[in-house]
Amino acid sequence: MNSVGHNAGDYMVNIAVLVKQVPDTNSKIQIVGDRVDLSSVKMEISPYDEFAVENALQHKESEGGTVTAITVGNDGADKVLKGVKALGVDNIVRLDYDGYMDSNGLQSVLADEIKSGGYDVVYCGKSAADTGAGSTGPGIAERLGWGSISNATAIKFGEGLMVTSPAEGGDAIASLSLPAVVSCDKGSIKVRKSNVKGIMMAKRAQVDVKSVSPPSPTITIVSEVMPPAKPAGKKYEGAQSAQTVAQLLRDEANVI
Amino acid sequence: MTDTIVIAELSKGKINATTNELVTAAGMLGSNCTLVVPCTESSVANDAGSIAGITKVIAAKSSVFETYDAAAWAEALDSASPSGIVITSASAQSKDLAARLAARRSVSVIQDVTGIQNGTLSTPIYSGKAIQNVSLNGDAVVTIRANIFPPAENSGNCDVQVLDTTGNVATALQEMVQRASERLDVSEANIIVSGGRGMGTPANFSHLEEIADKLGAAVGASRAAVDTWEEIPHSMQVGQTGKTVNPNLYIAVGISGAIQHLAGMRSSKYIVAINKDAEAPIFQHADYGIVASWEDALPVLSNSLASLLG
Repeated sequence: MNSVGHNAGDYMVNIAVLVKQVPDTNSKIQIVGDRVDLSSVKMEISPYDEFAVENALQHKESEGGTVTAITVGNDGADKVLKGVKALGVDNIVRLDYDGYMDSNGLQSVLADEIKSGGYDVVYCGKSAADTGAGSTGPGIAERLGWGSISNATAIKFGEGLMVTSPAEGGDAIASLSLPAVVSCDKGSIKVRKSNVKGIMMAKRAQVDVKSVSPPSPTITIVSEVMPPAKPAGKKYEGAQSAQTVAQLLRDEANVI
Repeated sequence: MTDTIVIAELSKGKINATTNELVTAAGMLGSNCTLVVPCTESSVANDAGSIAGITKVIAAKSSVFETYDAAAWAEALDSASPSGIVITSASAQSKDLAARLAARRSVSVIQDVTGIQNGTLSTPIYSGKAIQNVSLNGDAVVTIRANIFPPAENSGNCDVQVLDTTGNVATALQEMVQRASERLDVSEANIIVSGGRGMGTPANFSHLEEIADKLGAAVGASRAAVDTWEEIPHSMQVGQTGKTVNPNLYIAVGISGAIQHLAGMRSSKYIVAINKDAEAPIFQHADYGIVASWEDALPVLSNSLASLLG
């Protein structure tokens, strides 16, 4: 079961990778009324999803198979799908939805799609840069009754997977049989860049759009606000002030 | 009021102090708090009954709790936990577990809660650039950031019930690779000393290590430092594409304070910034700013700490 280095071509792995568009991580976030306003923000693929895509493509290259990228959203999210298509993803699917979904709703529609697509393995980013929650991967695995490992920093592909992820005091290397879900951290892999040929091909690619009806949310967003402003701190000129600061850390902040 | 269930947070086989903070949060979300302790030996839960504010301790005993397996832990803890609002810590492992528990119960999961007021839960979104306030319509699973809620006192006294549980394990641990250094990971530390590209060379991080050793701190780095120098591993990176931390004390050295970095550390209780550029954005977020080169300031800081700490 744990053999790594399986001969490519024996079987075809049906690989899914979940991608999400989020605001560019360098962008400023603004509040209008009591909601975040993203109308003037540049959207891009969530950074960790890039590692998920790279792992999905490497899995295909190692074992043979197809890679399908799946996102949820309105047609604005097609850009992200085309972006990963240009990297070598075979199929691109968008679960069409324009409203708010809570984690329960989102995981339900994704788990249904994974089940009906007959996938063997699902890769996703360890968390999306908007919510930062990291719930989607393990939540889908639970709904499918699959094993999962989160925050993977290295993966070896074979009949099963050999996954490295952080554990107390170090790293755990564990085998995981398929079907399974793996959420991906940055680790040491380098993500590929698209070339002109890929981009041209992606332009013509069709997004497979599917409608979904998620269960209604079990939480209500009351408001979105800016974080409370921190009272102005104390600022000192010159290296000798480090002595004053050390004293304040003891007497005022009580942290040392 | 809704019943609450706190899943105890363990480190090195013992109930972690974070658990007391979770009990405080539970008291703000509902009543009748049950503490569920995942364990291989029920003795781990012996002292748990002393946490004030809980009405019952369940020692969920199973061999699956020897090493972490998301699927088996979720199954075993789900079966050991009554219905209600389930509360866990927001450590990487517990967030993973919480997502599974919520999915198992077909309820929503709210991760990284940093505030609770009148039934409204606050969580950072866009890596803390904004805060989302949500209310629950029924049961949910909630993870609570450490170092925010005051810990419940150890003045209580309730019984410990031992419950044998089990779950299907999906992963098989092949090898544990211990961290090369004895140093704490940034995600586990109460104090973090971080360096940026302003450190000049990766070798200069040894000056940060020296301070960190005095304080029992972890050493972190900005994305710029990690991207520039191969010697600085990604595991040290604090920020939006690294780790989100909220220690009691964060000392940023030679870090300008890119929005990316601020996102990962702005919720630290106290922030010290050392930078020779008086206009660096990090100073807007620092409780104590020192405008000086690190070459000059670190030896002074080091000596002062040495005399304070004895």
